[in-house]
Amino acid sequence: MKELFPIKQVNGFVFSLLLTIVALSVYFFDMSFQLGMTILLVTAFIQAGVQLIIFMHAGESEDKGTIYTSTIYGVVIALFTVFGSLLAMVWGYM
Amino acid sequence: MEFFERFAVPHPSPLIYASMVAIGLVIIAIIAGVSYFKKWGYLWNEWLTTTDHKRIGIMYIISALLMLFRGGADAVMMRLQTSVPDNTFLDAQHYNEVFTTHGVVMIFFMAMAFVIGLMNFVVPLQIGARDVAFPRLNAISFWLYFAGAMLFNISFVIGGSPDAGWTNYYPLASNDFSTSVGVNYYNWALQISGIGTLMTGINFIATIIKMRAPGMTLMKMPMFTWSALITNAIIVFAFPVLTIAIIMGTLDRQFGTHFFASTNGGMDMMWANLFWVWGHPEVYILILPAFGIYSEIIATFSQRNLYGYKSMVGSMVIISLLSFLVWVHHFFTMGQDALTNSIFSITTMAIAVPTGIKIFNWLLTMWKGKIHFTVPMLYSVAFIPLFTIGGVTGVMLGVASADYQYHNTMFLVAHFHNTIIPGVVFAMLAGLTYWWPKMFGFMLNEKIGKWAFWFLTIGFCFSFFPMYITGLDGQARRMFTYSEATGFGPLNMLSFFGAGLMAIGFVIIVYNIYYSFRYSPRNVGDDPWNARSLEWATHNPVPEYNFAVLPQVESSEAFWDYKKKGHKLFPDSIKKIHMPNNSGLPIIMSGLFFIFGFSFVFYIWAGVIISAIGIFACMAYRSFEKDDGRYISAEEIKETEDKFGGAGQ
Repeated sequence: MKELFPIKQVNGFVFSLLLTIVALSVYFFDMSFQLGMTILLVTAFIQAGVQLIIFMHAGESEDKGTIYTSTIYGVVIALFTVFGSLLAMVWGYM
Repeated sequence: MEFFERFAVPHPSPLIYASMVAIGLVIIAIIAGVSYFKKWGYLWNEWLTTTDHKRIGIMYIISALLMLFRGGADAVMMRLQTSVPDNTFLDAQHYNEVFTTHGVVMIFFMAMAFVIGLMNFVVPLQIGARDVAFPRLNAISFWLYFAGAMLFNISFVIGGSPDAGWTNYYPLASNDFSTSVGVNYYNWALQISGIGTLMTGINFIATIIKMRAPGMTLMKMPMFTWSALITNAIIVFAFPVLTIAIIMGTLDRQFGTHFFASTNGGMDMMWANLFWVWGHPEVYILILPAFGIYSEIIATFSQRNLYGYKSMVGSMVIISLLSFLVWVHHFFTMGQDALTNSIFSITTMAIAVPTGIKIFNWLLTMWKGKIHFTVPMLYSVAFIPLFTIGGVTGVMLGVASADYQYHNTMFLVAHFHNTIIPGVVFAMLAGLTYWWPKMFGFMLNEKIGKWAFWFLTIGFCFSFFPMYITGLDGQARRMFTYSEATGFGPLNMLSFFGAGLMAIGFVIIVYNIYYSFRYSPRNVGDDPWNARSLEWATHNPVPEYNFAVLPQVESSEAFWDYKKKGHKLFPDSIKKIHMPNNSGLPIIMSGLFFIFGFSFVFYIWAGVIISAIGIFACMAYRSFEKDDGRYISAEEIKETEDKFGGAGQ
């Protein structure tokens, strides 16, 4: 019975609920914009990671390397795009 | 009648009316011709519903050639208009529409289609696969591209062309400054064909990762396949940005949002930013496959293996990453501070390093090689110096402080044509000539091909080198005319002369296709060029199933090993082969997408809703459809192989 019980998935499910509750706290508690956004961003990225690894089985097949490489590449490109745009349009704009 | 008034051309001229008549006549002629020769069944069964990657590739290439002539006609019109001062051949509005159409057609519907067409035809053959990973998706990709291209091409006779440049900058492209439906056409045509391109990207990554012949590790792939893999990775990461930017533009124009407005919290330059976040990787989407083609051709006709295989791959990977880090160099003059511009200036210069490595690798491949100056090789040899000039002027433009002088002048126009024409167009023509016998089983005439090459190359030099000078003298791009006092006249006339030579070159290419089709010998064998990579291990023209027996590979030059080193390429015996079925769904669905886009352009909501329901119905049908493909029996394969003389066994 123990072998059949999906302990990893159940833990993952509880953890993702926990992350949702933490994210939801931003709405219910009075906090500064910066703190709220930080909490939201951090929980969002952890949440995405939990989904990808536990529920979409990213690390379980022989394609592991390919999947992680393309995911990380995608994240890197997205970060470059977002921060590059901020640099060009806001921070570095005279 | 009020309903139909919206379709009127807002700024008509006799030329546009003549085009309307011509388009009508051509459509009637095509329908009449196909009916007269009773070819509807053939056309539908063999081509329109095909899922064969080779036929889809050929359809891409035919469409690309058609678009090349559309865009080329626009180019000649522009050069004619600016050939003498104060010319009145086109007025300002028409000139705007012509240069916008030229840019969009050439980049999206000519170059992209040509690149994807050659990838479609060649990549599965080079990796020893029967087809791409998702053949049905591949057909949808093509038909979506075709629907987008046709939607864009009818804009100038129905409702008016877009006129805000191929970069479509806001606020110029907003409703305030572009009042006709032109920019709507731009949005929907690119959106629809962009979906197709994105699916091609996914399809080819899956194909190359998953379907390589036994023994072909990543570092044993032919160079063109490597370039295709990297290109498609760039497509998958870059195109979503364009999709989102175009959706925001559409919302602005058709639903009253203010993403790119200059009021109400909008940022008009955000369009330029997002456009180039996609736009610069797009440049490498076009040039990397071209690099791959040159690598194949130069190795084949130097009779040597490609010099520096690993550094070729490495430099392409570096280029693909750097291509996402340079986009701000397209608008250095927008108003960023010096630090921001310096960062993007440095990343821009950095791209010259891997590109330089590739140039030296090609030179060293030719070094001490036995060079055969065939038509594909001539294009490749001309590419190296001409592209280097384009690259060096690119570095000049990349110097942010100096860019304030060059920005928006003909110097820039000369630069990017100097990279795109010897880079992409020459590569496509070279690749087409090189793989032509694989497609059709006969060669293009070498002598006529060389005439075309010289007309194109000399025409290119006459056409674009004068622009460097007029650009430095201050001639702005996209300026529909100029006064005699500027002194731009003679050099612009020279440019027009060059454009004429290039036009003659393209006509010679068409004549060459006709001539070779009529008179070229059909017994060219399977290896007319003494080539090296795997696609030449099967017959010319390639049978439906590509390889009767799956090849076993040990290096990136499997066919050369087979010819010279006694490598056993086909160890197995012939067995039945599983192939995908044809399907009419892709063309029907794309037809619905065309109606969807057209209705959206003109705010015809009934058409939008009905075609959207149709599109979803097609998807639902596909979800429940059971299609296990079909088998070609071993006897049938043996029969076909015997017809080819049983070679390749």
